[in-house]
Amino acid sequence: MAFESLSDKLSAAFKRLKSKGKLTEDDVKTAMREVRLALLEADVNYKVAKEFTKKISDRAIGSEVMESLTPGQMVVKIVNEELTELMGGGEARLKMPSSGPCIVMLCGLQGAGKTTHAAKLGRLLKKQGHRPMLVACDVYRPAAVKQLQIIGEQAGVPVFEEGQGNPIQISKDAVRHARDYGNDIVLIDTAGRLQIDDKLMDELKNIKEAVQPSEILLVVDSMTGQEAVNVSKIFDEKLEITGVILTKLDGDTRGGAALSVKAVTGKPIKYAGIGEKLDDIEVFHPDRMASRILGMGDVLTLIEDA
Amino acid sequence: MGLFAKIKAGLKKTREEMSNSVHRMLHSFTKIDEELFEELEELLVMGDVGISTSEHICDELRRKVKERGIKDPNAIFDLLQETVSEMLSGGEELKVSTKPSIILVIGVNGVGKTTTIGKMAAYLQNQGKKVILGAADTFRAAAIEQLQVWADRAKCDLIKQSEGSDPAAVVFDTISAAKARGDDVVICDTAGRLHTKKNLMDELAKINRVIDRELPDADKEVLLVLDATTGQNGVNQAREFKNSAGITGIVLTKLDGTAKGGVVLAVREALDIPVKFIGVGEQLDDLQPFNADDFAKALFDR
Ligand SMILES: Nc1nc2c(ncn2[C@@H]2O[C@H](COP(=O)(O)OP(=O)(O)OP(=O)(O)O)[C@@H](O)[C@H]2O)c(=O)[nH]1
Ligand SMILES: Nc1nc2c(ncn2[C@@H]2O[C@H](COP(=O)(O)OP(=O)(O)OP(=O)(O)O)[C@@H](O)[C@H]2O)c(=O)[nH]1
Ligand SMILES: [Mg+2]
Ligand SMILES: [Mg+2]
Repeated sequence: MAFESLSDKLSAAFKRLKSKGKLTEDDVKTAMREVRLALLEADVNYKVAKEFTKKISDRAIGSEVMESLTPGQMVVKIVNEELTELMGGGEARLKMPSSGPCIVMLCGLQGAGKTTHAAKLGRLLKKQGHRPMLVACDVYRPAAVKQLQIIGEQAGVPVFEEGQGNPIQISKDAVRHARDYGNDIVLIDTAGRLQIDDKLMDELKNIKEAVQPSEILLVVDSMTGQEAVNVSKIFDEKLEITGVILTKLDGDTRGGAALSVKAVTGKPIKYAGIGEKLDDIEVFHPDRMASRILGMGDVLTLIEDA
Repeated sequence: MGLFAKIKAGLKKTREEMSNSVHRMLHSFTKIDEELFEELEELLVMGDVGISTSEHICDELRRKVKERGIKDPNAIFDLLQETVSEMLSGGEELKVSTKPSIILVIGVNGVGKTTTIGKMAAYLQNQGKKVILGAADTFRAAAIEQLQVWADRAKCDLIKQSEGSDPAAVVFDTISAAKARGDDVVICDTAGRLHTKKNLMDELAKINRVIDRELPDADKEVLLVLDATTGQNGVNQAREFKNSAGITGIVLTKLDGTAKGGVVLAVREALDIPVKFIGVGEQLDDLQPFNADDFAKALFDR
């Protein structure tokens, strides 16, 4: 798809601007319109985009335009820095409790990638020397338990299941089993659910009560649009999530949901899913995500080349 | 419950979100001015309609306001409904009149293809059609078992091979079985795939060739399943799937959440692909035929 990058658009907007001194309020206003549109095209939530550009404006007005940069590129640089900063800052590693197994609960909307990422995480942690175990707490979706069993086996990670039992009881039994058998990490796969489904949201709360997870990770599809804000807000309010896994980044989505989720919850994006295979998981890179949302391969080379 | 009432119920959450804000907004204006259109555009973008399509809709509204000499801001509401409905009208009906006819269901990962097939099988069987399913997702773990559960629920047959076998061969088998058994409609599941993966898109072309060879004169629907929570990437999805697999329609799923699914407006504008069904839940009867009027009304009705 032909794609005009934000940088191109800004350069065009600044074409008639000759002075290279400081950015004036008017320059910044013109630029912010383009920045806001770029963020919206990337599916950043409308309100988040608005707040973000306001923050950028304050920083950009009065900024010295550096020798090597045009005003347009200066704005891009500031936007990129702020975006990276906003999306980073979290500790990617899982919090290990001082005693007992580290319990990790994965939750999120239907089809986001929870089951796949439970297995991917299990495999990753096993490679790092841990003894993880997967727990099948999705008792609703047809063949969900079977799916986890198959990919658990592919990942070489044992799966604890009690068929279509009660998810709260299953999670409790699983933790006891992990203690008995020396599994130091327990990864709980839960059924997909809408954030407005009170009954199923309460179920997650009860699992949380019962096993006190060290980590509650919200799994978010990177193709999500404006909804990302509602979803992450309510999951965070009800469960106090500790982090996010952003999935399906192997496609061409600009992934503005990343910014929305981070802005709304303040919780770190810990991992990124980059494919269907069990090795397709990596630690989240805020800088890459910033460039991606802005629609620029590598902002720094772009700025240096100028 | 009538069809309209059902869709309204299915879209209740969506409608509450959207129309409340539209109303609150419109009531705060005393005249129709640019500021009003700006706010309207904002609301459309919030519904994942996308910037350019939102602008297009607002242009339409401006034109109609001028043409009809409308002065009252509250009248904008009906105009908005009318415009959205016009945009989405045409081509909603499913063409499955030949015996057999075939429906191929495709889309990116996790959007609801397999579930939709289960619901659609039940829907067609209720209309007296004999349906047979083909488990051509031979890739994802337990995809075949999942579809088997849906086949049992919908009370129809399922043709499957082992995991890892050639999807085109499964489609071939299913068509042969349908011919032999005298089934009315063949519905084939496929593995989720991102539209950016060329080899996987080529696989769809291969499946299409098998269908065209085995059922040259049959009615064929290639349905793209779109998740209503999807943002503007939905347009890329539709474009690429259209290019590689020639989609004939869209099923918009997960409208029982708060997502508005506005991206179908952008898809319609860019690629002229009709929506044929909407998914409003995870149960067997949570599928409804798409109706543009009802959809627009349910989105914006007061
Ligand atoms: N391309 C791609 N596909 C992915 C990724 N992660 C998961 N998937 C696919 O997305 C689909 C859904 O993944 P699941 O793990 O079943 O999602 P889930 O959240 O457990 O779904 P439910 O249990 O139904 O709510 C499957 O087809 C996965 O193979 C990813 O990072 N990239
Ligand atoms: N709330 C809601 N959930 C749905 C709807 N349709 C499907 N789902 C859920 O979405 C998840 C994914 O559905 P699937 O049918 O497995 O999706 P798929 O496209 O076949 O997934 P892959 O084969 O992995 O690509 C499941 O948890 C379904 O129950 C819907 O209309 N509303
Ligand atoms: Mg799952
Ligand atoms: Mg499927």
